[in-house]
Amino acid sequence: MNQMAASQETIIDIQGMSFSRGQRPIFKDVSLRIPRGKVTAIMGPSGTGKTTLLKLIGGQIRPDSGRILVDGHNIPDLSRGDLFDIRERMGMLFQSGALFTDMSVFENVAFPLRVHTRLPDDMIRDLVYIKLQSVGLRGAAELMPSELSGGMARRVALARAIALDPDIMMYDEPFTGQDPIAMGVLVKLIKSLNKALRHTSIVVSHDIQETLSIADYIYLVADGVVVSHGTPQELLAEASPKVKQFMQGLPDGPVPFHYPADDYLQTLLDGAAS
Amino acid sequence: MRMRTLEIGVGAFILAGFLALVVLIINVSGLSLSEAKDSYKVYARFENAGGLTVRSKVTLSGVGIGQVTDIRIDDEWLMAMVEMEIDQDVNYLSRDSSAAILTAGLLGEKYIGITVGASEEMLGEGDMIEDTQSALVLEELIGKFLFDKVKEP
Amino acid sequence: MIERLQSLGFNTLSKLAALGRSGIFLFQSLVAVPSLRVGFPLLMRQLHAVGVLSLIIIVVSGLFIGMVLSLQGYTILVDYGSEQAVGQMVALSLVRELAPVVTALLFAGRAGSALTAEIGLMKATEQLSSMEMIGVDPLRRIVSPRFWAGFYCLPLLSMIFSVVGIWGGMLVGVEWLGIYEGSFWANMQAAVEFREDVLNGVIKAVVFGFVVTWIAVFQGYDCVPTSEGISKATTQTVVYSSLAVLGLDFLLTAFMFGDL
Repeated sequence: MNQMAASQETIIDIQGMSFSRGQRPIFKDVSLRIPRGKVTAIMGPSGTGKTTLLKLIGGQIRPDSGRILVDGHNIPDLSRGDLFDIRERMGMLFQSGALFTDMSVFENVAFPLRVHTRLPDDMIRDLVYIKLQSVGLRGAAELMPSELSGGMARRVALARAIALDPDIMMYDEPFTGQDPIAMGVLVKLIKSLNKALRHTSIVVSHDIQETLSIADYIYLVADGVVVSHGTPQELLAEASPKVKQFMQGLPDGPVPFHYPADDYLQTLLDGAAS
Repeated sequence: MRMRTLEIGVGAFILAGFLALVVLIINVSGLSLSEAKDSYKVYARFENAGGLTVRSKVTLSGVGIGQVTDIRIDDEWLMAMVEMEIDQDVNYLSRDSSAAILTAGLLGEKYIGITVGASEEMLGEGDMIEDTQSALVLEELIGKFLFDKVKEP
Repeated sequence: MIERLQSLGFNTLSKLAALGRSGIFLFQSLVAVPSLRVGFPLLMRQLHAVGVLSLIIIVVSGLFIGMVLSLQGYTILVDYGSEQAVGQMVALSLVRELAPVVTALLFAGRAGSALTAEIGLMKATEQLSSMEMIGVDPLRRIVSPRFWAGFYCLPLLSMIFSVVGIWGGMLVGVEWLGIYEGSFWANMQAAVEFREDVLNGVIKAVVFGFVVTWIAVFQGYDCVPTSEGISKATTQTVVYSSLAVLGLDFLLTAFMFGDL
């Protein structure tokens, strides 16, 4: 498996990265490689810091140790200005969509174009409509974000994220809280955009079925370490109980159903005695 | 269109703010626009300048003609040395004018009243008014009055 | 006991850390001024939100405070037969003290809390993060225009407050209580010095504007991005800025008028 990842051209290379929030370690000496031009999924139970990983790649937070190489640049070492430059090449779809509430849909999508390019207005207008058309929301251009449904807001945010044709697209839990139709639309969009625009996609998710259907390669993260990685087929065939529990959604297993507690019988007896 | 009403609102607001400043300057603090009025300095020594402060009025027949700019001790004479600025256009104060510290009303503020004398020479920059009358100190007056009462019978 | 000591130490350290963060934050947002072409419309919008929308509460409060001052002053001064000094009393207390302080307090409640809530909400809905990921510094785009708008607005509001208050005082004193209008204005003009009173009052308002907006935008930017965190930050904005305004007012007053 390792050889396969190494043999492909990698765009993001994380080496021995550790990060902790307060006393709680989130990542312990994590290393992973993300291949160029593919859809890579990072999966794992909630609370394992998958979103944190995207923020680390985007340079919004700094790791305690280790290197995060994006196309050869070590993100934690970059100055504020260089960081903003490299971020122009990244697009990120946030869990909540994160549309700017004081701008219309059109202005939201036009925003990155207006700040980073000096294109004339009619060209920006054309580009915005192309992007909105690709997510199927050209008709909603004049609406305000508060008038959109959750799924539509996320698609607008997607259009905004791809406005500058980024090299790397990061999706933070794109399927959470969506109805089946919106979910299907997003799955199709992520897949087709990855093909059409030839960028690298990183999908952070815990929705197994949807993710398996689009991912070329999967990293499974739990308890701050990479538990396993491989193609969807390889992971489904994996026998390790941790992987099996997650991939098949079993309620009990290495990740216990019960939060650690005192002996059940003892707790009840204590209550009766007092 | 929305942006336009917004801009008009902001413009009106800023205008109102500066208009308020102008009102404060002219109407409330009574600052005349010809602020830099020329003036000349005149000095006077007083036995007692109690109650007089910097910026107290200097008047002639009750009309303001200047203000006190400094009060200090003249260590040679051990008296209060008062420096005042008199408006330049008041050029008819004679050399032998007298200055008195007066009180506006019974408990009001102190000011300097100038009475013109008979001399032909006029006061100029840096001159000294020799004839002065000190501030009326209420305690001294009452003390004197009581003392006289005691002596009377 | 040890636990108490520890929690005291922890609280002190976290307060100090917040103070340090707010200082760095202030520096960064002062440095990050957007270019004129981008910044001007942004500043315009914030001037509207912060200044124009606060105008009504400022005018109404100014009017009533001036009227009350005049009425109270009259009932006291009439015993000494010096009711014509009402004008000077109203003007001095407004220009020196009440206009900057009350405006700053109202401003903290009206505009400061709105700033905190707005920025906090942007943080909670990841708008700030996403702006950062688009490659735009939110300090430049979001915080800086709001900061400067607040800084410009408070002195203007304070002067409007003064004028409306004096007008209200005149309304009560002259129109209702029958003080002779000439002596009302003459006394005022004799007593109020431009440099000493008006200018010092404006300086106070400038300082308050700086502090209140700083607290408001920092609280929003630094809040815990949940609904609970935003409501807490909003409360803190009002509490901290009120305390800061009152404390600073004493210091400034002692500094400006103390040696008189």
